[in-house]
Amino acid sequence: MLESVLVANRGEIARRVIATARRLGVRAIAVYSEADAELPFVREADEAVLIGPPQPAASYLDVAAVLAAARATHAQAIHPGYGFLSENASFAASVLEAGLTWIGPPPAAIDQMGDKINARNLMEQAGVPVSAGTHDPVADVAGALAAAELIGYPVMIKAAAGGGGIGMSAAADPAQLTAGFETARSRAERFFGSPAILLERYLQRARHVEVQILGLADGRVVALGERDCSVQRRHQKVAEETPSPGVSPQLRERMLAAAVQAGLTVGYRGAGTVEFLVDVDTGDFVFLEMNTRLQVEHPVTELVTGIDLVEQQFLISDGADVSFDPDGVTPSGHALELRIYAEDSKRFLPSPGTIKDWAEPSGPGVRVDAGYAAGNTVTPFYDPLLAKLCLRGADRSEALERARAAVAAFTIAGLRTNLEFHAELLRSAEFSSGDYDTAVVSRLRP
Amino acid sequence: MSEVRAEMVANVWKVVAAEGDSVADGDTLVILESMKMEIPVLAEDSGTLTKMAVAEGDVVQEGDLIAIIQ
Repeated sequence: MLESVLVANRGEIARRVIATARRLGVRAIAVYSEADAELPFVREADEAVLIGPPQPAASYLDVAAVLAAARATHAQAIHPGYGFLSENASFAASVLEAGLTWIGPPPAAIDQMGDKINARNLMEQAGVPVSAGTHDPVADVAGALAAAELIGYPVMIKAAAGGGGIGMSAAADPAQLTAGFETARSRAERFFGSPAILLERYLQRARHVEVQILGLADGRVVALGERDCSVQRRHQKVAEETPSPGVSPQLRERMLAAAVQAGLTVGYRGAGTVEFLVDVDTGDFVFLEMNTRLQVEHPVTELVTGIDLVEQQFLISDGADVSFDPDGVTPSGHALELRIYAEDSKRFLPSPGTIKDWAEPSGPGVRVDAGYAAGNTVTPFYDPLLAKLCLRGADRSEALERARAAVAAFTIAGLRTNLEFHAELLRSAEFSSGDYDTAVVSRLRP
Repeated sequence: MSEVRAEMVANVWKVVAAEGDSVADGDTLVILESMKMEIPVLAEDSGTLTKMAVAEGDVVQEGDLIAIIQ
């Protein structure tokens, strides 16, 4: 097992990685910005290094500062969490060049999957289904209009180097495409450093279903089940569950096989997620993208498999076997995750502020991964995630019951949160039935 | 005269209007960014932008002055 790990991240994911490290007797090192000095992840690490001011570019994204902190603390390995530097192939390469263990896939795999256009093309060649879309970056509006004629409207405009749902928009006709293209391009440049745009066929009714894979040290790739992440606002996930109520056993088998194929194609190592869209009307599925890191919603997979995915990441990065039998994974029960955001429940607008009260629910099947505690200040510099409220039940019905009780029992005062929205989601006929798609939130907020 | 103030703590991402500009009700004056979300700040009056009180990269607190329209 690793001797030590520096977690190059913050908030709930840093806390969660540190918790596994400490459980396994691995020395845990945190890095933090001035804005995060009081957060739980800083005091729960064995050592913590201040690396800069609140702005991410000067702290969590500052490669030199992170590597300097690793040197100063004699860290053996670096875990990048999600977001920030986790899918930065050149950071991964720098970590390896520094003689440290990189807890993630080879830089080449990050590179190949980091560009959505390249990833789609690679998957298509590997026999993984992809939707109709562009094979090269779209240079200008004229190119976009021409491509859309071939793909067929409606189309989705996306940043090729993008993530987090940012910089995506749909266009139902040439006028909308013309209007949306330039906005998409400037956002892509601003947020992801590349103006490259791709277009894809937009599915009218789709479920976002992703598959958790692990690339083992011996080269095998195993799939640990799927997660339904269709509950989204602004193309960002708000709730996820496993198993997906919209996936039959036959579809599951095909999707898991496609995800394994995707992993093998890029020589994947470690934890990764292959994202698909399931066309509700036809029952077909298509590859969307691959995330070469741990996902926010990984706990639901952990709850039904009993596997600690961060522990597996540590083992794989160390060249060791995983702690479970890869041929014997049988998920049981149902798990749900609700992302508790610092935003109001009506319009989902950001609500930074200081937390006056914080009381988490507890009880059978309840798991809370919280980034903050009472007294902490939530600043505008980072994403709005306060905590992940996760529930496990013997079946979906029990998981939903536990979720309703847990949401009612969760108290966060001092800023606005989306707890009220989650209560509404859990009461809604559409979500309760399990028969929902990616437009479910828009129907709750017409 | 109307004062345009920040409704929440946020970063000033883009300053779109400049001092001396003629602005109309609904025009975007600045775009704030908070927690990875863009928040346009709009003029609620028509007139001349006589003061732009923020610059790109500033952090504004709730209630801070952003601009004055006369």
